[in-house]
Amino acid sequence: MSKEHDKGMSVIVKTITRLTVGLILLYGIYIVLHGHVSPGGGFAGGIIIALSFIHIMLAYGKEVAFKKLSKSVASFFESIGAILFLVVALLGFTGGYFFLNFISKGEPFRLFSGGIIPICNIAIALKVGAGLFAIFVALVLLKFEPEKKG
Amino acid sequence: MIIYLLCLVLFLCGVYCVLRKRNIIKIIIGIIISEYAVHLFLILLAYRLGGRSPIFSPDREITNMVDPLPHALVLTAIVIGLASTALLVGIAMRIYEKYGTFDITRIRELKR
Amino acid sequence: MVNSSIIPLFVAVPLGGAFLNSLLGRNRKKVTDIIGVSTAFILSVLSFVALRLYNTHGVLVYNVGGWKPPIGIGMVLDGLTAFMLVTVNVVAFCIAVYSVNYMEKFTSKWKFYTLFFLMLGGMNGVIITGDIFNLFVFLEIAAVASYALVAFGTERHELEAAFKYAVMGTLGSLFILLGIAFLYGYTSTLNMADMGNILAQSGSANIVLMVIVLFLMGFGLKAALVPFHAWLPDAHPSAPAPISAMLSGVLIKSLGIYAICRIFYNVIGFNQEISAILMFFGALSMIVGGLLALGQWDFKRLLAYSSISQIGYIVLALGLGTPLGIIGGLFHLFNHSIFKSLLFLNAGAVEYATGTRDLKEMGGLASKMPFTGTTGFLGSMSIAGIPPFSGFWSKLIIIIALVQAGKVGYAFWAVIISVLTLAMYIKVIRYAFLGKLKEKWRGVEEVPLFMKLSMGALALACVAGGALLLPGVYEAFLQNAEGLLTNGTKYATVVLEAIK
Repeated sequence: MSKEHDKGMSVIVKTITRLTVGLILLYGIYIVLHGHVSPGGGFAGGIIIALSFIHIMLAYGKEVAFKKLSKSVASFFESIGAILFLVVALLGFTGGYFFLNFISKGEPFRLFSGGIIPICNIAIALKVGAGLFAIFVALVLLKFEPEKKG
Repeated sequence: MIIYLLCLVLFLCGVYCVLRKRNIIKIIIGIIISEYAVHLFLILLAYRLGGRSPIFSPDREITNMVDPLPHALVLTAIVIGLASTALLVGIAMRIYEKYGTFDITRIRELKR
Repeated sequence: MVNSSIIPLFVAVPLGGAFLNSLLGRNRKKVTDIIGVSTAFILSVLSFVALRLYNTHGVLVYNVGGWKPPIGIGMVLDGLTAFMLVTVNVVAFCIAVYSVNYMEKFTSKWKFYTLFFLMLGGMNGVIITGDIFNLFVFLEIAAVASYALVAFGTERHELEAAFKYAVMGTLGSLFILLGIAFLYGYTSTLNMADMGNILAQSGSANIVLMVIVLFLMGFGLKAALVPFHAWLPDAHPSAPAPISAMLSGVLIKSLGIYAICRIFYNVIGFNQEISAILMFFGALSMIVGGLLALGQWDFKRLLAYSSISQIGYIVLALGLGTPLGIIGGLFHLFNHSIFKSLLFLNAGAVEYATGTRDLKEMGGLASKMPFTGTTGFLGSMSIAGIPPFSGFWSKLIIIIALVQAGKVGYAFWAVIISVLTLAMYIKVIRYAFLGKLKEKWRGVEEVPLFMKLSMGALALACVAGGALLLPGVYEAFLQNAEGLLTNGTKYATVVLEAIK
């Protein structure tokens, strides 16, 4: 991470960010993967994953954040999340009904149970995470000189 | 009974904010307040007397749960609200860029 | 089961087209065009297949995910659905072809196509679903996509119009969600057929009255009934021309009028109070829209006020409740989609060539742009109700139905506003197309090929629209839709039988 002291926030904030942002990302992934046994799921986990990247941007400035996740990579992940969700739905469609649960459901409360639900959760988390990061970038980085109404 | 009426009062507060405030950001906050009031109303509809939260766990049997369907509806509605709010804030920022003000009485370019 | 599996494709194909466009069509123009036009073409072909499927097999129900309704979500294909699907998808195909050329002037054409197909997927979803919360979700998808599309050019007046439209549209959706919450609390089910059964058996309660008021406010705002119309004269002119055609031609019908029909006829049940309210609001829209349109000098703003007036006609006829009235209303809905889209595309072509929308500045364009002039003339004559174009037949059926039901006052106002509509369109044609050519328009030329193709196809449908009343086509298209609405809440039993 960068050690310049003129960009971003103070040293205390940068140190704590460096220690905790990996844990935040990991916590978000945990909520996504366990969406079928405990509350949470794709949307909530996706927001937490996006928050970890926004945290880096707030503490260190935008160059470092864009080195971790650039704008084109975020757009790519967003489209991939949407297409993955649609592909899973269409696979069920060819097999029988739309959104049919075709992967075997194991016994309840285990991690690999619940059919297609974990895959759908991952797709939703990709889309929501990349989408929220893109919304934040678009709202914060808009450089404008307000043109006065003549 | 009174708690449902209070929810509707909160909704009307949000609608008042949309109708009477002059700053664009306050109008957006009024819409957000109304949305939260409707979501709260939906969740309150789901309550059953003495019910527990509708989550299974491997070690205990739950016999009386609250109704889980409105919880799923409100999750969807929160996501929809997020998308609408993000779009409204984006449009508001572009309006500031073009007009230079947030006051809606001065943004009247379109005539009758 | 194999027959009904065409139904979810109406939602899956536009969503697939939108996301593929967002992934592949970044900076490559040809790829964007090909994906866009082919998706719209596939959808219009599928809608005709669905119409034939309904005529041979009757009501079809598709259970999403294999869960049977009323536990799962069901998608229903019945007469009204097939009718609306053909209307929406055929008009959307013509508009997609038109925007291949028109959107060259804007940057990032791929964003336009992505949002366009999201809106189309949302509209199709509203039409085919059988579950009331699913209707709300698809309505929101289509509405949010349309807010973004109105602001597409990011000029000053576009942003202001988009903000006004977005705030009022979000408030309308909140009223609809509140109504759905009340209905769920009263009937404890979300499936529309099941809800219809329960409401028919339990009689009228006070809470159903409150739900009727909330739904009228919410869906009336989406359909631009007076007094909820204030967003339309700002939003429809400021949008780019294909989006104006889409909004005025199909969005307010699919989101507003179809939802009003479905809920007030099939779920809540039709009675005298609803009939009186709908007819009053319809007549009010008709009169206010017509009178306000006469004084406009902006081409697209005049067309927007005229849209309010024609939607008033449709709601007046649908509120009547007799079979002839419903046939007139639905036929006028189909006709209005075709000729209002044609007129907005025409206004877009004039703006593309000359750069202005003010009627006082135009003049004599018919000599330089003959194709645009001819199609504009055909569309105007059709909306004003001149025989033998399609608008004449539908207005005639509406007026005959009003007189037969004994509401002579409403019929009198309908005839007066029809004459006013003729007057306003003669003004448009005289100022824009006839007359002397002004000096600054010496260099304009005719519009490119795709725009001509789509305008020509819509004009052809205007002329041939009267053929929908011929015996063979009439049963296949209009009568099934009308039969469904007059069945009222017995629709619920038909749907519940068709679930396998």
